[in-house]
Amino acid sequence: MAATVRKPGLSPIMSARLKSFALVLPLALVLLVFVVVPLAVVLAVSVFRYDNFEVIPAFTFENYQSVLSSHLTLSLYLTMLKLAAMTWICTLLIGYSVAAFLVFHVRSRLVAIGLFLLCTVPFWTSNVIRMISWLPLLGKQGVINQALMASGLIQEPLQFLLFSDFSVVVSYVHLFTIFMIVPIFNAMSRIDRSLFEAAHDAGAARWQTVLWVVLPLTKSGIVLGSIFVVTLVMGDFYVVKVMSGGTDASVVSAMYDDISTLLFPHAAASAAVLMIILTAMVAAILRLVDVRKELVSGR
Amino acid sequence: MDIETLVPMNASTATGRGAVELAGIVKRYADGTLAVDGINLRIASGTYCCLLGPSGCGKTTMLRMIAGHETPSDGEILIDGGNVVGLSPRERGTAMMFQSYALFPHLNVRDNVAFTLRVRGIGKAERYREADRVIEQVQLTELAQRLPAQLSGGQQQRVALARAIITRPRVLLLDEPLSALDEFLRLQMRSELRELQRQLGITFIHVTHTQLEAVAVADQVVVMDRGHVVQSDPARTVYAEPRSAYVARFMGGQNVLAGKLESVADGLATLRDAAGRGFALRVGGAVRATGQRLQFSVRRDHVRIAKLAGATVPPLNAVVGLVRAVEYQGTFVKVTLTLDAAAAEDDPFVAYVEEGDYFAGPIGIADRAVAWWEMDEMHALAAE
Repeated sequence: MAATVRKPGLSPIMSARLKSFALVLPLALVLLVFVVVPLAVVLAVSVFRYDNFEVIPAFTFENYQSVLSSHLTLSLYLTMLKLAAMTWICTLLIGYSVAAFLVFHVRSRLVAIGLFLLCTVPFWTSNVIRMISWLPLLGKQGVINQALMASGLIQEPLQFLLFSDFSVVVSYVHLFTIFMIVPIFNAMSRIDRSLFEAAHDAGAARWQTVLWVVLPLTKSGIVLGSIFVVTLVMGDFYVVKVMSGGTDASVVSAMYDDISTLLFPHAAASAAVLMIILTAMVAAILRLVDVRKELVSGR
Repeated sequence: MDIETLVPMNASTATGRGAVELAGIVKRYADGTLAVDGINLRIASGTYCCLLGPSGCGKTTMLRMIAGHETPSDGEILIDGGNVVGLSPRERGTAMMFQSYALFPHLNVRDNVAFTLRVRGIGKAERYREADRVIEQVQLTELAQRLPAQLSGGQQQRVALARAIITRPRVLLLDEPLSALDEFLRLQMRSELRELQRQLGITFIHVTHTQLEAVAVADQVVVMDRGHVVQSDPARTVYAEPRSAYVARFMGGQNVLAGKLESVADGLATLRDAAGRGFALRVGGAVRATGQRLQFSVRRDHVRIAKLAGATVPPLNAVVGLVRAVEYQGTFVKVTLTLDAAAAEDDPFVAYVEEGDYFAGPIGIADRAVAWWEMDEMHALAAE
């Protein structure tokens, strides 16, 4: 009975536990070095004192006080929330439609995957280039204004096209819609097609099938996509700066300004606040839909 | 809205509901394949009908066309006298039970069953009352709050059944309803389906590829082959009097033999096959030319068999062969012979010998044996 002979030293249970630890270790190390340690540093710095020239390692809540009591913080968050909400609605509508088209209307699976990959083509260039490429299109003398003026629809160039909330949201939508498409596409692909026939058999109209079958079954995809889009917008600092023509600032660009004037503790406190708010937002979204349950329960 | 008004009614309602008639139905797919090739079929109201055939014979396509999930390329489908081609399942008054059940995974049993009423705008209280009634009918009351994923295959099937019958359809269409169940449940559900059909008094059309299932439940068995109906008859007729060699082989329980017609007189035909064996059988009034090849079937359980040594071989309606396999089947023993001078493509000859008879004079593998039968057990088959 060779199988029952125990190796000296470790009991089978111990060695099994050791194996699990060994398997978890690499990822744990990565998370420790690249997430936990930097976060700890940020949190530590956020309670340090500073003056114009240096950071002083002494405990204080003044940085938080200054961040939370500033009108600038409030207005920045309101701006960003407004932009996030607009972007979310646009990406959700576009992303849902595109995903629905790819999954339900393209008959050939191969063509659907091909079109899906086509959606990712813009990502072969950098964010900055994709964003800047809007400038000649939306500008005062841009393609759109010139075309509209040439067609006689307008006499004066439209001012709101560039360096406005409009252009910022357009850029966000361009950059982030794919993050909405992917999880919704995934959720839709997992819907058993015979459910549509069952709904049709029951006499359901199209809108009833969408509302009572497709929507509930793609909830997890919508939630995941929403989390991506909202956190990406809230964490942005560059798009707002460029596409608003420097008139708007974001929460993160304010931090960037702090850092460039060496106000590290203030920036760190601001980062901590943003992180808490984002975490709270994600937690609130997840309370609405149990994504884990949706993902684990195999359909 | 009252539940009764949900079901489309017409003049024929009084005389019975769910009479289905197919006239010249053709289904051609875009790639040119012909799934259903000119089917004419009549199913009386209140019939339990089985569409039977191997996979790819077009039976599921036919069911889906009756259900309104596929449109025939040509022909008419009449339900209670009215052409329903182009109508929605709801307008047809049909309901379908899907092979995979197609239960909504995010809805519990009650909401799944009540879904049809929900889309018809029935209020919550009334649709739940109605759903609970049907759920009770399929004995799932305790599980009404569960999600489909928390149910066993048999329970899921009951939910699908409840969902299909809640609107009291004229015709219930079942696509291989028992194929996903284990053997025990299959037998149980089979009799429950039959019982339910009797209670509801509506037409059931049940697609299956299992002969025994069809014979056990159906009033009318429709055997299909490559897009055609090859026989549509009561279960016993299909089993005992198959129209063609295809039906005989597919239904099982038959030996198919053939020979050249030597003479026909007074409906009595004599045949001789390539190995020189002579057969005589009644062929009825059909005019047949001598020299024509004629196939006939002999019930396996109506064949007698004995060791060749010491037995006399009757001059007619007997075959001699080598025993190739002996299988004990409980109530009978299956003895398989390879006939003398059999061609490679010929079916082996099988006799079902009653258990007591077999053990009174057992025949072993590699014995030579003679099998014979009465002329009344023979059944002439139509040319294919």
